[in-house]
Amino acid sequence: MADGAGPGRVTLSGAVLAALILILIIASLYLFIAKPYWFPTLASVHGQSIDSLFMAVLVVSGIAFVLVQGALGFFVARYGENGRERAAYWHDNPRAEAFLLIGTAVILTILVFMGQRVWASIYFVDAPADALVVEVTGEQFQWNFHYAGPDGAFGRTDTKLITSTNNIGLDRTDPAAKDDVTIINEMHFPMGRPVKVRLRSKDVIHSFFLPNLRVKQDAVPGLSIEVWFTPNRAGAYEIACAELCGLGHYRMKGALTVDESQQAFDTWLRQKAAEQQQ
Amino acid sequence: MPVVTQDKRIIIPPPRRPDDGRGGGGGGPEDSHSSFPVSKEQIGLWVLLTAIIMLFAGLTSAYIVLRGVPTWQNIELPWLLWPNTFVLLLSSFTLELAKGAIRRNRFATMNRWLGLSALLGVVFIAGQLAAWRQLVHAGVYLPSTLQSGFFYILTGLHGLHITGGIIALGFVMAKAARNRLTAFNHQPLKLCTTYWHFMDGLWVYLFVLLLLS
Amino acid sequence: MDAHKAEHTHHELGFWRKYVFSTDHKVIGLQYLITAMAMAVVGGTLSMLMRYQLGWPSLPSPTMEKIFPIAFQGSIMAPEFYISLVTMHGTIMVFFLFTAVLTGGFGNFLIPLQIGARDMAFPFLNALSYWVFLLSCIVILSALFITSGAPLGGWTAYAPLSAIPGSGPGQDTGMTLWITAIALFSASGLMGGLNYITTILTMRTRGLSMMRLPLTQWSLLVTAILGLLAFPVLLAAGILLTFDRIGGTSFFVPAGIIMNQMPLDHSGGHPLLWQHLFWFFGHPEVYIVILPAMGMASDILSTFCRKPIFSYRMMVYSMIAISILSFVVWGHHMFVSGMNPFLGSVFTLTTLLIAVPSAVKTFNWLGTVWGARIRFTAAGLFAIGFVSMFVSGGLSGLFLGTSAADIQLQDTYFVVAHFHLVMAIAPLFAAFAGLYFWFPKMFGRMMNETLGKIHFWFTFAGAYCVFFPMHILGVGGQMRRIYDPTQYAFLQPQQPLNVFISVSAFVLGSAQIIFLANFFVSIFAGRRVTERNPWHANTLEWTAPCPPGHGNFGEELPEVYRWPFDYGVPGEVEDFIPQTTPIGAVAKH
Repeated sequence: MADGAGPGRVTLSGAVLAALILILIIASLYLFIAKPYWFPTLASVHGQSIDSLFMAVLVVSGIAFVLVQGALGFFVARYGENGRERAAYWHDNPRAEAFLLIGTAVILTILVFMGQRVWASIYFVDAPADALVVEVTGEQFQWNFHYAGPDGAFGRTDTKLITSTNNIGLDRTDPAAKDDVTIINEMHFPMGRPVKVRLRSKDVIHSFFLPNLRVKQDAVPGLSIEVWFTPNRAGAYEIACAELCGLGHYRMKGALTVDESQQAFDTWLRQKAAEQQQ
Repeated sequence: MPVVTQDKRIIIPPPRRPDDGRGGGGGGPEDSHSSFPVSKEQIGLWVLLTAIIMLFAGLTSAYIVLRGVPTWQNIELPWLLWPNTFVLLLSSFTLELAKGAIRRNRFATMNRWLGLSALLGVVFIAGQLAAWRQLVHAGVYLPSTLQSGFFYILTGLHGLHITGGIIALGFVMAKAARNRLTAFNHQPLKLCTTYWHFMDGLWVYLFVLLLLS
Repeated sequence: MDAHKAEHTHHELGFWRKYVFSTDHKVIGLQYLITAMAMAVVGGTLSMLMRYQLGWPSLPSPTMEKIFPIAFQGSIMAPEFYISLVTMHGTIMVFFLFTAVLTGGFGNFLIPLQIGARDMAFPFLNALSYWVFLLSCIVILSALFITSGAPLGGWTAYAPLSAIPGSGPGQDTGMTLWITAIALFSASGLMGGLNYITTILTMRTRGLSMMRLPLTQWSLLVTAILGLLAFPVLLAAGILLTFDRIGGTSFFVPAGIIMNQMPLDHSGGHPLLWQHLFWFFGHPEVYIVILPAMGMASDILSTFCRKPIFSYRMMVYSMIAISILSFVVWGHHMFVSGMNPFLGSVFTLTTLLIAVPSAVKTFNWLGTVWGARIRFTAAGLFAIGFVSMFVSGGLSGLFLGTSAADIQLQDTYFVVAHFHLVMAIAPLFAAFAGLYFWFPKMFGRMMNETLGKIHFWFTFAGAYCVFFPMHILGVGGQMRRIYDPTQYAFLQPQQPLNVFISVSAFVLGSAQIIFLANFFVSIFAGRRVTERNPWHANTLEWTAPCPPGHGNFGEELPEVYRWPFDYGVPGEVEDFIPQTTPIGAVAKH
């Protein structure tokens, strides 16, 4: 009787399953290579390193995906039962296992180091001194933006001063607050200048998500969290909330504009300040 | 008893494990070929104790994290906690005495120590409730400070577990009353004692945690 | 004569003691299975409603308004209803379906049978665990029917959203019901786990050493230990949360919160503490779901490949490694939470480390299929499908585990795709494999194979059609738990994907009706099995009658002489050698 060393029978089930797996491989390759839908347009400096990191992981996992799913499909097609033939009886191969285990660990370690470099470049580097600082306060269900104005000093805020017209409780009697600008759901940055965002929340956890700038950071009540980045592409983008915060979570939408120049940004900020005086 | 099978191989069954007193329902130890060194009731108890450890470990880590918050305020722990601790440790000691008594076949002595342990347990619970009253009288309630919140929750949970232990002791005493415990076979008492000592240790740990802040 | 006591000869139990309030592990296991299936139908229906909204956001529907007058007031789904659907779907599926069906259902049914015991170590406690589980199901389902609505914190219930009753509709009574149900479920799980650990360790029959256990048993043992260590921490978090909600404490609620224009009187709490506690439980929980699935799929795969599982030893060691590591990776759910970025680095390392034993298992599954002689039954197909689904879901985890890449992908549909494939679909495939496989043992009848295969094809294709495109949605930036993605200009171009996913989801959901019909009709009208071991498998449960009576094995308990993977042994007459066959007693030719 056959000892099962060779191929089995190609069965209908095996062939169909292999075909489905083949379709899966082709469809996934198409989606990830032809990219009919892909990341939002990149608009920040560090975003490039995030996108590159994604590509690196994609290449590694893509190869693994094709090889493993492909092998599975190949095996199910090839090794269908065939009368009274026996399967091959081997069930251990320590060297192959060790090789695969160590190989996987090595590849993953490389990914860890690559990822670490990107992570460190984002989180372990302080914002430059000339960064534009914006205070962002999330609440159910809007984003409040607070600019310091030309004096560069933020006016004092106090939760006791919060009213329906003063969402962040800005103390207008504070001299530093005279030129402060507070806006709801609309934000501008000048292109090419680092921006430091100070995130706060008035009620529950929100998440400040700038899809085009590859920025995402939770806004946690009780904490003041800073992230910094440099927008490098002018345009109109969107701001979203990325942490479930209640029934209006879906409409915490903001508008982000990256201005062509510092002057354009200053003009906008002046205009906003003037609107506030009225 | 050796068994001779058809092909003349002699199979000698392993020595019968002594019945451990607790029935065990459908399976039953008499059917089990188990040569596992620990009885299933003991394993069950240690599983339960592990779960309890993890519960208090979770609460401890919350405690440690919040200890670092700037608005943390220590409360003055009620002085009753000290005598209560002594009572609880005493009850562990009396339980050990009960165990010692049954090992020497002294049923009456065992019953006495058992009863005393249960009583001490009840005194402990009463003492903890009195300690709570002391705190309330001092104006310290559950939401007063972070530590007061932990205090009520940790002592409350511990108290609930001790109450469970007292009920278990009650079952052991009932078994003893029906003469089900013997010198070589008193697993329910052993298990109860282990649980009780553990609750003791847990209390000392919690007390030290609260004190050390 | 042997001194082993036989099963009880007399006391015929009445209907209620035999089929309802039974302490027999088989009945309890089936009770868990059926209840979990009912919860699956509820959870699945909720997801169909979600996909209906996501595919056609805010499409007016007078019909829906007639069916759900409050939820569809003004003939459009209310946003709070959508979020409560999300919350309830996640909660029901993770706890009340997957954890219940795999550990409660299969665990209870299989453990004594596969280790050669007559029942669990503590049968009464076992029955109690089921009834507490049933109570927890009733409590969670009741949240769907109260007028204030079901909670909207997601299954993760982050504080302070979950800690403040006024933070949204359903966050008051609904959230209280949620916490109660989860607490009851945890208690039930602990009772069950206590039984599983004790039984597997102390009640294995003669000859059944640990390294002769089927992988199903290893996985159930390891899972029970995981549950033991993880669930109490969830309970601790739930206790603290409850006191924040009703006791005025501030464990998770900091000072200065303004809710509904009113300042709250809390101070000192730390919202991230909830996340740490929850995910310290939550990550082991996902392994509690996948490990029994891995164990079952491995055994079933080996059976239908007629070939030993590749490297049994490494399968066991990798399961243990995964369990240990599962306790040190929880922070990968919190990369952008405001947690110290240094911890982010640590958790990236540990997370990619845990990928290694999972990869080992994947290679071993491939090694099992290589050179096999596969019998393509419904059960076998689902076991193979499990491998495919697990690979897909596991690989997307690499992106999410790399903290810097996770910045863009966190809280998007990329995460949704990942966890559905690896925590929902893969375990579902293993559960289906198990149900088709052990059905004859449970009921003495066979399920219809043709319908089973049809069910497989639709489910395999349907699952990929639903969840694979979600990776793309996430890359495009679609956030999770969003009632209407078309509100965002940058998401509108992707909306066709949402429509495709929704249509596929309806097909996938409908296909499960085939399974349910097949399952329940076959219980009463399926082809009766004529032998105890219709699949020619090796494990101990196949030596018992179909279905086994009370006491499982008749007069004598089985004795084990070998491991369960002697399939296709060269030179033997049969291509399988059951564990009970003594060495040297096998017929050769």
